[in-house]
Amino acid sequence: MSLRASLQWIAMGTVLGLLAFAIFGPLLNLLLWAFAEKWYFPHKLPLEYGLSFWERVFRPQGSAMESLGNSIAIALITVTVCLAVSIPCGYALARRSLPLRGLILLAFLLPQAFPSLAVYINVARIFYGFGLNGTITGVVLVHTMHGLVFAVWISTAAFAAVDRELEDAARNMGASPLHAFLTVTLPLAAPGIMASAIFVFLESLDEFTGTFFVGVPDVTTLPLLLFRASMEGNYQIASITALILLVPSVGFMLFIERFLKADVLAKVGS
Amino acid sequence: MQESRLVSLALVIPALLILLALFVYPLGFSLVTAFVDETGAWTFGNFAKAFEFYSRDIVFTVVIVSLSTALIGAFSIAIGGYLVLGEHPRAVAVLRWLYRWPLFIPFVVAGQLMRTFLAKNGMMNNTFVGLGLYEPIDAVSFLDWRGIVVTFVWKQTPFVALLVSGAMASLDRATIEAARNLGAGRLRVLLGIVVPQVRQTLAVGLILSFVIMMSVLSVPLMINAQTPTMLTADMAFRINAYGDYGTANALGFISYLMTGVVAWIYLRHGVREGRP
Repeated sequence: MSLRASLQWIAMGTVLGLLAFAIFGPLLNLLLWAFAEKWYFPHKLPLEYGLSFWERVFRPQGSAMESLGNSIAIALITVTVCLAVSIPCGYALARRSLPLRGLILLAFLLPQAFPSLAVYINVARIFYGFGLNGTITGVVLVHTMHGLVFAVWISTAAFAAVDRELEDAARNMGASPLHAFLTVTLPLAAPGIMASAIFVFLESLDEFTGTFFVGVPDVTTLPLLLFRASMEGNYQIASITALILLVPSVGFMLFIERFLKADVLAKVGS
Repeated sequence: MQESRLVSLALVIPALLILLALFVYPLGFSLVTAFVDETGAWTFGNFAKAFEFYSRDIVFTVVIVSLSTALIGAFSIAIGGYLVLGEHPRAVAVLRWLYRWPLFIPFVVAGQLMRTFLAKNGMMNNTFVGLGLYEPIDAVSFLDWRGIVVTFVWKQTPFVALLVSGAMASLDRATIEAARNLGAGRLRVLLGIVVPQVRQTLAVGLILSFVIMMSVLSVPLMINAQTPTMLTADMAFRINAYGDYGTANALGFISYLMTGVVAWIYLRHGVREGRP
Protein backbone atom coordinates (compact mmCIF):
# COMPACT_ATOMS: atom_id res chain seq x y z
CA MET A 1 0.00 0.00 0.00
CA SER A 2 1.39 3.37 -0.98
CA LEU A 3 1.95 6.11 1.58
CA ARG A 4 -0.86 8.18 0.12
CA ALA A 5 -3.34 5.34 0.33
CA SER A 6 -2.47 4.54 3.94
CA LEU A 7 -2.73 8.21 4.89
CA GLN A 8 -6.17 8.23 3.29
CA TRP A 9 -7.22 5.22 5.34
CA ILE A 10 -5.98 6.85 8.53
CA ALA A 11 -7.87 10.09 7.77
CA MET A 12 -11.02 8.16 6.95
CA GLY A 13 -10.72 6.03 10.06
CA THR A 14 -10.29 9.15 12.22
CA VAL A 15 -13.35 10.84 10.74
CA LEU A 16 -15.52 7.74 11.11
CA GLY A 17 -14.17 7.20 14.63
CA LEU A 18 -15.04 10.76 15.63
CA LEU A 19 -18.49 10.35 14.14
CA ALA A 20 -18.99 7.09 16.02
CA PHE A 21 -17.91 8.79 19.25
CA ALA A 22 -20.29 11.70 18.60
CA ILE A 23 -23.20 9.33 17.99
CA PHE A 24 -22.55 6.55 20.49
CA GLY A 25 -20.75 8.56 23.21
CA PRO A 26 -23.94 10.16 24.53
CA LEU A 27 -25.76 6.80 24.33
CA LEU A 28 -22.96 5.06 26.22
CA ASN A 29 -22.99 7.78 28.86
CA LEU A 30 -26.73 7.19 29.28
CA LEU A 31 -26.17 3.45 29.75
CA LEU A 32 -23.60 4.16 32.46
CA TRP A 33 -26.03 6.46 34.26
CA ALA A 34 -28.83 3.92 34.00
CA PHE A 35 -26.79 1.30 35.86
CA ALA A 36 -24.81 3.58 38.20
CA GLU A 37 -25.50 3.14 41.89
CA LYS A 38 -23.00 5.75 42.99
CA TRP A 39 -21.31 8.31 40.76
CA TYR A 40 -20.03 11.69 41.78
CA PHE A 41 -17.36 14.23 40.89
CA PRO A 42 -14.47 13.87 40.18
CA HIS A 43 -14.81 10.17 39.32
CA LYS A 44 -14.83 9.48 35.59
CA LEU A 45 -16.79 6.25 35.91
CA PRO A 46 -19.49 5.10 38.33
CA LEU A 47 -18.18 3.82 41.66
CA GLU A 48 -20.80 1.10 41.95
CA TYR A 49 -23.11 -0.52 39.43
CA GLY A 50 -26.44 -2.09 40.22
CA LEU A 51 -30.13 -2.33 39.61
CA SER A 52 -31.63 -0.67 42.68
CA PHE A 53 -32.89 2.29 40.64
CA TRP A 54 -34.46 -0.15 38.16
CA GLU A 55 -36.33 -1.73 41.06
CA ARG A 56 -37.53 1.72 42.09
CA VAL A 57 -38.66 2.56 38.55
CA PHE A 58 -40.41 -0.75 37.95
CA ARG A 59 -42.13 -1.04 41.33
CA PRO A 60 -45.77 -1.78 40.48
CA GLN A 61 -46.97 1.28 42.43
CA GLY A 62 -44.14 3.49 41.14
CA SER A 63 -44.85 6.56 39.04
CA ALA A 64 -42.88 5.12 36.12
CA MET A 65 -45.25 2.20 35.67
CA GLU A 66 -48.18 4.59 35.70
CA SER A 67 -46.47 6.82 33.12
CA LEU A 68 -45.60 3.82 30.95
CA GLY A 69 -49.22 2.66 31.11
CA ASN A 70 -50.46 6.16 30.26
CA SER A 71 -48.01 6.51 27.38
CA ILE A 72 -48.94 3.19 25.79
CA ALA A 73 -52.69 3.68 26.28
CA ILE A 74 -52.55 7.20 24.81
CA ALA A 75 -50.43 6.03 21.87
CA LEU A 76 -52.75 3.11 21.07
CA ILE A 77 -55.90 5.26 21.21
CA THR A 78 -54.17 7.94 19.12
CA VAL A 79 -53.26 5.37 16.45
CA THR A 80 -56.84 4.08 16.39
CA VAL A 81 -58.36 7.55 16.00
CA CYS A 82 -55.77 8.57 13.39
CA LEU A 83 -56.30 5.44 11.28
CA ALA A 84 -60.09 5.72 11.57
CA VAL A 85 -60.02 9.13 9.91
CA SER A 86 -56.90 8.81 7.73
CA ILE A 87 -57.78 5.56 5.92
CA PRO A 88 -60.98 6.94 4.34
CA CYS A 89 -59.29 10.29 3.81
CA GLY A 90 -56.19 8.77 2.22
CA TYR A 91 -58.29 6.52 -0.01
CA ALA A 92 -60.39 9.45 -1.22
CA LEU A 93 -57.31 11.57 -1.85
CA ALA A 94 -55.53 8.80 -3.74
CA ARG A 95 -58.38 7.31 -5.74
CA ARG A 96 -61.51 9.43 -6.02
CA SER A 97 -62.11 12.66 -7.87
CA LEU A 98 -62.07 15.40 -5.26
CA PRO A 99 -62.48 19.11 -5.68
CA LEU A 100 -59.38 20.98 -4.42
CA ARG A 101 -57.50 17.73 -3.88
CA GLY A 102 -54.08 19.38 -3.87
CA LEU A 103 -55.25 22.04 -1.45
CA ILE A 104 -56.63 19.46 1.00
CA LEU A 105 -53.34 17.52 0.95
CA LEU A 106 -51.46 20.75 1.56
CA ALA A 107 -53.81 21.71 4.41
CA PHE A 108 -52.65 18.67 6.39
CA LEU A 109 -49.08 19.95 6.07
CA LEU A 110 -50.01 23.27 7.69
CA PRO A 111 -49.21 22.18 11.26
CA GLN A 112 -45.66 21.42 10.07
CA ALA A 113 -45.26 25.02 8.88
CA PHE A 114 -45.94 26.70 12.24
CA PRO A 115 -43.92 26.34 15.43
CA SER A 116 -46.27 24.12 17.40
CA LEU A 117 -45.65 25.39 20.93
CA ALA A 118 -47.59 28.63 20.43
CA VAL A 119 -50.52 26.59 19.10
CA TYR A 120 -50.39 24.15 22.02
CA ILE A 121 -50.67 26.86 24.66
CA ASN A 122 -53.88 27.99 22.98
CA VAL A 123 -55.17 24.43 22.64
CA ALA A 124 -54.63 24.09 26.38
CA ARG A 125 -56.49 27.33 27.01
CA ILE A 126 -59.44 26.26 24.82
CA PHE A 127 -59.47 22.79 26.43
CA TYR A 128 -59.71 24.46 29.83
CA GLY A 129 -63.21 25.61 28.93
CA PHE A 130 -64.22 22.04 28.11
CA GLY A 131 -62.60 20.45 31.16
CA LEU A 132 -60.22 18.52 28.88
CA ASN A 133 -56.98 19.61 30.58
CA GLY A 134 -55.37 16.88 32.61
CA THR A 135 -57.44 14.17 30.92
CA ILE A 136 -56.37 11.29 28.68
CA THR A 137 -58.93 12.45 26.11
CA GLY A 138 -57.31 15.88 25.92
CA VAL A 139 -53.84 14.43 25.43
CA VAL A 140 -55.12 11.95 22.82
CA LEU A 141 -56.71 14.82 20.86
CA VAL A 142 -53.44 16.76 20.83
CA HIS A 143 -51.45 13.70 19.75
CA THR A 144 -54.03 12.87 17.06
CA MET A 145 -53.64 16.33 15.57
CA HIS A 146 -49.87 15.92 15.65
CA GLY A 147 -49.96 12.45 14.04
CA LEU A 148 -52.59 13.27 11.43
CA VAL A 149 -50.18 14.70 8.85
CA PHE A 150 -48.11 11.49 8.80
CA ALA A 151 -51.20 9.29 8.83
CA VAL A 152 -52.91 11.10 5.96
CA TRP A 153 -49.84 11.56 3.75
CA ILE A 154 -48.47 8.03 4.16
CA SER A 155 -51.85 6.34 3.73
CA THR A 156 -52.56 8.47 0.64
CA ALA A 157 -49.23 7.31 -0.79
CA ALA A 158 -49.97 3.70 0.21
CA PHE A 159 -53.31 3.72 -1.63
CA ALA A 160 -51.79 5.49 -4.64
CA ALA A 161 -49.18 2.71 -4.90
CA VAL A 162 -51.85 -0.02 -5.24
CA ASP A 163 -52.32 -1.13 -8.84
CA ARG A 164 -55.65 0.31 -10.00
CA GLU A 165 -56.25 -2.55 -12.45
CA LEU A 166 -56.56 -5.10 -9.64
CA GLU A 167 -59.34 -3.01 -8.14
CA ASP A 168 -61.04 -2.67 -11.55
CA ALA A 169 -60.80 -6.43 -12.06
CA ALA A 170 -62.60 -7.03 -8.76
CA ARG A 171 -65.27 -4.50 -9.72
CA ASN A 172 -65.72 -6.15 -13.16
CA MET A 173 -66.28 -9.48 -11.48
CA GLY A 174 -69.19 -7.93 -9.64
CA ALA A 175 -67.71 -6.78 -6.33
CA SER A 176 -69.31 -3.71 -4.79
CA PRO A 177 -66.98 -0.70 -4.26
CA LEU A 178 -66.85 -1.40 -0.51
CA HIS A 179 -66.21 -5.12 -1.08
CA ALA A 180 -63.43 -4.35 -3.58
CA PHE A 181 -61.91 -1.89 -1.12
CA LEU A 182 -62.00 -4.31 1.82
CA THR A 183 -60.78 -7.41 -0.02
CA VAL A 184 -58.37 -5.98 -2.60
CA THR A 185 -57.25 -2.38 -2.00
CA LEU A 186 -56.94 -2.34 1.79
CA PRO A 187 -54.91 -5.58 2.09
CA LEU A 188 -52.54 -4.40 -0.66
CA ALA A 189 -52.09 -1.01 1.03
CA ALA A 190 -51.69 -2.63 4.47
CA PRO A 191 -47.87 -2.42 4.72
CA GLY A 192 -47.98 1.33 4.06
CA ILE A 193 -50.86 1.79 6.52
CA MET A 194 -48.88 -0.23 9.05
CA ALA A 195 -45.92 2.11 8.56
CA SER A 196 -48.12 5.13 9.19
CA ALA A 197 -49.55 3.46 12.30
CA ILE A 198 -46.06 2.80 13.69
CA PHE A 199 -45.08 6.36 12.89
CA VAL A 200 -48.11 7.79 14.69
CA PHE A 201 -47.52 5.45 17.65
CA LEU A 202 -43.92 6.57 17.97
CA GLU A 203 -44.77 10.26 17.58
CA SER A 204 -47.37 9.93 20.32
CA LEU A 205 -45.03 7.98 22.60
CA ASP A 206 -42.33 10.65 22.21
CA GLU A 207 -44.53 13.76 22.25
CA PHE A 208 -43.49 16.23 24.94
CA THR A 209 -44.60 19.82 24.34
CA GLY A 210 -48.33 19.28 23.82
CA THR A 211 -48.55 16.91 26.78
CA PHE A 212 -46.60 19.40 28.89
CA PHE A 213 -49.37 22.00 28.47
CA VAL A 214 -52.51 19.85 28.10
CA GLY A 215 -51.65 16.92 30.37
CA VAL A 216 -51.05 18.95 33.55
CA PRO A 217 -51.67 18.28 36.33
CA ASP A 218 -52.94 14.71 36.17
CA VAL A 219 -51.60 12.96 33.08
CA THR A 220 -47.91 12.04 33.22
CA THR A 221 -46.36 10.25 30.25
CA LEU A 222 -42.83 8.83 29.99
CA PRO A 223 -41.32 11.96 28.33
CA LEU A 224 -42.77 14.15 31.12
CA LEU A 225 -41.49 11.77 33.81
CA LEU A 226 -38.05 11.82 32.18
CA PHE A 227 -38.09 15.62 32.04
CA ARG A 228 -39.09 16.02 35.69
CA ALA A 229 -36.56 13.46 36.93
CA SER A 230 -33.83 15.17 34.93
CA MET A 231 -34.71 18.67 36.19
CA GLU A 232 -34.70 17.33 39.77
CA GLY A 233 -31.18 16.03 39.15
CA ASN A 234 -32.27 12.40 39.47
CA TYR A 235 -30.14 11.21 36.56
CA GLN A 236 -30.58 7.49 37.18
CA ILE A 237 -34.38 7.63 36.95
CA ALA A 238 -34.12 10.01 33.95
CA SER A 239 -31.67 7.71 32.18
CA ILE A 240 -33.73 4.57 32.78
CA THR A 241 -36.83 6.34 31.44
CA ALA A 242 -34.81 7.56 28.45
CA LEU A 243 -33.66 3.98 27.79
CA ILE A 244 -37.26 2.76 27.75
CA LEU A 245 -38.07 5.44 25.16
CA LEU A 246 -34.95 4.61 23.14
CA VAL A 247 -35.89 0.98 22.48
CA PRO A 248 -38.85 1.63 20.11
CA SER A 249 -37.08 4.62 18.50
CA VAL A 250 -33.94 2.69 17.61
CA GLY A 251 -35.98 -0.38 16.66
CA PHE A 252 -38.02 1.62 14.19
CA MET A 253 -34.88 3.25 12.78
CA LEU A 254 -33.37 -0.18 12.11
CA PHE A 255 -36.49 -1.62 10.50
CA ILE A 256 -38.09 1.37 8.79
CA GLU A 257 -37.13 0.16 5.32
CA ARG A 258 -39.06 -3.07 5.78
CA PHE A 259 -42.24 -1.13 6.48
CA LEU A 260 -41.86 1.88 4.24
CA LYS A 261 -41.18 0.37 0.82
CA ALA A 262 -39.68 2.42 -1.99
CA ASP A 263 -42.85 2.21 -4.11
CA VAL A 264 -44.86 3.88 -1.32
CA LEU A 265 -42.14 6.45 -0.62
CA ALA A 266 -42.08 7.40 -4.30
CA LYS A 267 -45.79 8.23 -4.13
CA VAL A 268 -45.57 10.52 -1.09
CA GLY A 269 -47.03 13.88 -2.03
CA SER A 270 -47.91 12.89 -5.60
CA MET B 1 -66.70 5.76 -13.83
CA GLN B 2 -68.34 8.88 -12.43
CA GLU B 3 -68.25 8.82 -8.68
CA SER B 4 -70.29 10.86 -6.30
CA ARG B 5 -68.28 13.82 -5.07
CA LEU B 6 -70.44 13.90 -1.96
CA VAL B 7 -69.17 10.48 -0.95
CA SER B 8 -65.59 11.57 -1.62
CA LEU B 9 -66.05 14.64 0.55
CA ALA B 10 -67.67 12.61 3.31
CA LEU B 11 -64.56 10.41 3.43
CA VAL B 12 -62.31 13.44 3.85
CA ILE B 13 -64.44 15.52 6.23
CA PRO B 14 -63.64 13.79 9.57
CA ALA B 15 -59.89 14.35 9.14
CA LEU B 16 -60.46 17.92 8.01
CA LEU B 17 -62.67 18.62 11.04
CA ILE B 18 -59.91 17.48 13.40
CA LEU B 19 -57.50 19.78 11.57
CA LEU B 20 -59.93 22.71 11.83
CA ALA B 21 -60.84 22.22 15.50
CA LEU B 22 -57.39 21.35 16.85
CA PHE B 23 -55.10 23.38 14.63
CA VAL B 24 -56.75 26.13 12.60
CA TYR B 25 -58.99 27.36 15.44
CA PRO B 26 -56.24 27.49 18.10
CA LEU B 27 -53.92 29.12 15.58
CA GLY B 28 -56.50 31.84 14.92
CA PHE B 29 -57.02 32.15 18.67
CA SER B 30 -53.28 32.61 19.09
CA LEU B 31 -53.07 35.27 16.36
CA VAL B 32 -55.95 37.26 17.85
CA THR B 33 -54.77 36.96 21.46
CA ALA B 34 -51.40 38.43 20.48
CA PHE B 35 -53.16 41.68 19.52
CA VAL B 36 -55.69 42.17 22.34
CA ASP B 37 -55.28 43.22 25.99
CA GLU B 38 -57.07 41.80 29.07
CA THR B 39 -60.20 43.84 28.36
CA GLY B 40 -60.39 42.57 24.77
CA ALA B 41 -59.41 45.85 23.14
CA TRP B 42 -56.97 45.87 20.21
CA THR B 43 -53.42 46.75 21.23
CA PHE B 44 -49.75 46.43 20.37
CA GLY B 45 -48.93 46.42 24.09
CA ASN B 46 -48.15 42.69 24.10
CA PHE B 47 -45.48 43.23 21.49
CA ALA B 48 -44.04 46.20 23.35
CA LYS B 49 -43.70 43.99 26.43
CA ALA B 50 -42.33 41.09 24.38
CA PHE B 51 -39.60 43.27 22.88
CA GLU B 52 -38.86 45.01 26.16
CA PHE B 53 -38.25 41.77 28.07
CA TYR B 54 -37.23 39.31 25.41
CA SER B 55 -35.44 41.08 22.55
CA ARG B 56 -32.17 39.37 23.55
CA ASP B 57 -33.92 35.99 23.51
CA ILE B 58 -35.37 36.71 20.07
CA VAL B 59 -31.86 37.33 18.70
CA PHE B 60 -30.53 34.32 20.63
CA THR B 61 -33.24 32.09 19.10
CA VAL B 62 -32.60 33.32 15.56
CA VAL B 63 -28.83 32.81 15.90
CA ILE B 64 -29.09 29.33 17.47
CA VAL B 65 -31.66 27.97 15.04
CA SER B 66 -29.96 29.49 11.98
CA LEU B 67 -26.54 28.20 13.03
CA SER B 68 -27.98 24.73 13.72
CA THR B 69 -29.76 24.71 10.35
CA ALA B 70 -26.53 25.68 8.55
CA LEU B 71 -24.56 22.94 10.34
CA ILE B 72 -27.27 20.35 9.67
CA GLY B 73 -27.17 21.30 5.98
CA ALA B 74 -23.37 21.06 5.81
CA PHE B 75 -23.22 17.68 7.59
CA SER B 76 -26.10 16.29 5.52
CA ILE B 77 -24.37 17.24 2.27
CA ALA B 78 -21.12 15.71 3.53
CA ILE B 79 -22.81 12.46 4.59
CA GLY B 80 -25.02 12.19 1.48
CA GLY B 81 -22.08 13.12 -0.74
CA TYR B 82 -19.81 10.45 0.71
CA LEU B 83 -22.55 7.83 0.45
CA VAL B 84 -22.95 8.59 -3.28
CA LEU B 85 -19.38 9.41 -4.30
CA GLY B 86 -17.31 7.48 -1.74
CA GLU B 87 -14.80 5.11 -3.32
CA HIS B 88 -14.28 2.71 -0.42
CA PRO B 89 -17.30 0.40 -0.21
CA ARG B 90 -16.48 -0.58 3.38
CA ALA B 91 -16.30 3.03 4.61
CA VAL B 92 -19.55 3.81 2.77
CA ALA B 93 -21.24 0.83 4.44
CA VAL B 94 -19.99 1.88 7.89
CA LEU B 95 -21.19 5.45 7.38
CA ARG B 96 -24.59 4.27 6.11
CA TRP B 97 -25.01 2.15 9.23
CA LEU B 98 -23.69 4.82 11.57
CA TYR B 99 -25.33 8.11 10.72
CA ARG B 100 -28.98 7.16 11.19
CA TRP B 101 -29.01 6.19 14.87
CA PRO B 102 -30.49 9.42 16.29
CA LEU B 103 -33.19 9.55 13.59
CA PHE B 104 -36.20 8.76 15.78
CA ILE B 105 -34.77 9.56 19.18
CA PRO B 106 -37.10 12.11 20.80
CA PHE B 107 -35.76 15.56 21.72
CA VAL B 108 -36.40 15.04 25.41
CA VAL B 109 -34.16 11.94 25.35
CA ALA B 110 -31.52 13.76 23.27
CA GLY B 111 -31.65 16.53 25.89
CA GLN B 112 -30.98 14.06 28.70
CA LEU B 113 -28.17 12.38 26.71
CA MET B 114 -26.41 15.68 26.11
CA ARG B 115 -27.06 16.98 29.62
CA THR B 116 -24.77 14.27 30.94
CA PHE B 117 -22.44 13.93 27.94
CA LEU B 118 -21.53 17.61 27.55
CA ALA B 119 -21.29 18.51 31.25
CA LYS B 120 -17.99 19.69 32.73
CA ASN B 121 -17.47 16.23 34.19
CA GLY B 122 -19.27 14.51 31.31
CA MET B 123 -17.97 11.76 29.07
CA MET B 124 -16.84 14.13 26.32
CA ASN B 125 -14.46 16.07 28.53
CA ASN B 126 -13.35 12.92 30.36
CA THR B 127 -12.49 11.21 27.08
CA PHE B 128 -10.58 14.16 25.64
CA VAL B 129 -8.70 14.67 28.93
CA GLY B 130 -7.99 10.93 29.01
CA LEU B 131 -6.56 11.13 25.49
CA GLY B 132 -4.32 13.96 26.68
CA LEU B 133 -5.87 16.56 24.38
CA TYR B 134 -6.17 19.06 27.23
CA GLU B 135 -5.77 19.32 30.99
CA PRO B 136 -8.70 18.72 33.39
CA ILE B 137 -8.49 22.37 34.45
CA ASP B 138 -9.28 23.46 30.86
CA ALA B 139 -12.41 21.35 30.61
CA VAL B 140 -15.51 23.54 30.28
CA SER B 141 -19.18 22.71 30.41
CA PHE B 142 -20.93 22.91 27.04
CA LEU B 143 -24.31 23.27 28.70
CA ASP B 144 -25.13 26.68 27.23
CA TRP B 145 -25.97 27.85 23.70
CA ARG B 146 -23.36 25.45 22.32
CA GLY B 147 -25.11 22.52 23.99
CA ILE B 148 -28.41 23.47 22.35
CA VAL B 149 -26.74 23.66 18.92
CA VAL B 150 -24.98 20.31 19.43
CA THR B 151 -28.21 18.63 20.53
CA PHE B 152 -30.20 20.05 17.59
CA VAL B 153 -27.54 19.06 15.06
CA TRP B 154 -27.12 15.59 16.60
CA LYS B 155 -30.85 14.93 16.48
CA GLN B 156 -31.84 16.55 13.14
CA THR B 157 -28.88 15.75 10.84
CA PRO B 158 -29.89 12.10 10.27
CA PHE B 159 -33.35 13.19 9.10
CA VAL B 160 -32.05 15.68 6.52
CA ALA B 161 -29.16 13.40 5.53
CA LEU B 162 -31.65 10.56 4.92
CA LEU B 163 -33.74 12.77 2.62
CA VAL B 164 -30.70 14.22 0.85
CA SER B 165 -28.88 10.92 0.35
CA GLY B 166 -32.09 9.37 -1.01
CA ALA B 167 -32.39 12.18 -3.54
CA MET B 168 -28.69 11.91 -4.43
CA ALA B 169 -28.94 8.17 -4.95
CA SER B 170 -31.73 8.59 -7.49
CA LEU B 171 -29.75 11.06 -9.62
CA ASP B 172 -28.61 10.13 -13.09
CA ARG B 173 -25.10 8.69 -12.64
CA ALA B 174 -24.09 9.54 -16.21
CA THR B 175 -23.40 13.24 -15.58
CA ILE B 176 -21.43 12.40 -12.44
CA GLU B 177 -19.32 9.82 -14.29
CA ALA B 178 -18.81 12.22 -17.19
CA ALA B 179 -17.53 14.96 -14.87
CA ARG B 180 -15.28 12.45 -13.09
CA ASN B 181 -13.87 11.26 -16.44
CA LEU B 182 -13.15 14.85 -17.41
CA GLY B 183 -11.00 15.11 -14.31
CA ALA B 184 -13.26 16.92 -11.82
CA GLY B 185 -12.44 16.15 -8.20
CA ARG B 186 -15.05 14.58 -5.97
CA LEU B 187 -15.63 17.79 -3.98
CA ARG B 188 -16.16 19.71 -7.21
CA VAL B 189 -18.61 17.07 -8.48
CA LEU B 190 -20.47 17.17 -5.17
CA LEU B 191 -20.82 20.95 -4.99
CA GLY B 192 -21.11 21.65 -8.71
CA ILE B 193 -23.26 18.78 -9.95
CA VAL B 194 -24.85 16.77 -7.15
CA VAL B 195 -25.93 19.44 -4.63
CA PRO B 196 -27.61 21.75 -7.20
CA GLN B 197 -29.78 18.83 -8.33
CA VAL B 198 -30.96 17.99 -4.81
CA ARG B 199 -31.48 21.62 -3.73
CA GLN B 200 -35.25 21.18 -3.41
CA THR B 201 -35.01 18.17 -1.13
CA LEU B 202 -32.30 19.81 0.95
CA ALA B 203 -34.38 22.98 1.32
CA VAL B 204 -37.51 21.06 2.37
CA GLY B 205 -35.56 19.07 4.96
CA LEU B 206 -33.89 22.18 6.35
CA ILE B 207 -37.13 24.19 6.56
CA LEU B 208 -38.90 21.33 8.35
CA SER B 209 -35.94 21.13 10.75
CA PHE B 210 -36.02 24.91 11.27
CA VAL B 211 -39.71 24.81 12.25
CA ILE B 212 -39.18 21.76 14.48
CA MET B 213 -36.28 23.43 16.31
CA MET B 214 -38.38 26.56 16.79
CA SER B 215 -40.99 24.37 18.55
CA VAL B 216 -38.77 22.40 20.94
CA LEU B 217 -39.26 23.19 24.61
CA SER B 218 -37.44 20.37 26.37
CA VAL B 219 -33.94 20.96 24.99
CA PRO B 220 -33.54 24.65 25.99
CA LEU B 221 -34.97 23.90 29.44
CA MET B 222 -32.71 20.89 30.00
CA ILE B 223 -29.48 22.12 28.42
CA ASN B 224 -29.46 25.85 29.04
CA ALA B 225 -30.95 26.77 32.42
CA GLN B 226 -29.86 30.41 32.21
CA THR B 227 -30.52 33.62 30.28
CA PRO B 228 -30.58 34.34 27.43
CA THR B 229 -32.71 31.39 26.42
CA MET B 230 -34.99 30.37 23.56
CA LEU B 231 -38.44 31.79 22.89
CA THR B 232 -40.14 28.46 23.61
CA ALA B 233 -38.84 28.58 27.19
CA ASP B 234 -40.03 32.19 27.53
CA MET B 235 -43.53 31.33 26.28
CA ALA B 236 -43.80 28.44 28.74
CA PHE B 237 -42.60 30.77 31.53
CA ARG B 238 -45.16 33.53 30.71
CA ILE B 239 -47.95 30.93 30.84
CA ASN B 240 -46.87 28.91 33.86
CA ALA B 241 -45.66 31.79 36.05
CA TYR B 242 -48.07 34.60 35.15
CA GLY B 243 -50.88 33.13 33.03
CA ASP B 244 -49.87 35.93 30.65
CA TYR B 245 -51.35 34.73 27.34
CA GLY B 246 -50.98 38.13 25.67
CA THR B 247 -47.19 38.29 25.84
CA ALA B 248 -46.83 34.54 25.23
CA ASN B 249 -48.88 34.79 22.06
CA ALA B 250 -46.98 37.89 20.93
CA LEU B 251 -43.79 35.80 21.24
CA GLY B 252 -45.62 33.02 19.39
CA PHE B 253 -46.48 35.45 16.61
CA ILE B 254 -42.82 36.45 16.38
CA SER B 255 -41.86 32.78 16.03
CA TYR B 256 -44.46 32.34 13.24
CA LEU B 257 -42.90 35.35 11.51
CA MET B 258 -39.43 33.79 11.69
CA THR B 259 -40.57 30.56 10.06
CA GLY B 260 -42.66 32.62 7.64
CA VAL B 261 -39.56 34.49 6.47
CA VAL B 262 -37.74 31.19 5.90
CA ALA B 263 -40.68 29.73 3.96
CA TRP B 264 -40.90 32.91 1.88
CA ILE B 265 -37.22 32.69 0.95
CA TYR B 266 -37.77 29.09 -0.09
CA LEU B 267 -40.84 29.85 -2.19
CA ARG B 268 -39.11 32.76 -3.93
CA HIS B 269 -36.28 30.49 -4.96
CA GLY B 270 -38.33 27.32 -5.37
CA VAL B 271 -41.08 28.60 -7.65
CA ARG B 272 -38.57 29.77 -10.23
CA GLU B 273 -37.31 26.21 -10.52
CA GLY B 274 -40.76 25.33 -11.83
CA ARG B 275 -41.37 22.66 -9.20
CA PRO B 276 -43.29 23.09 -5.98
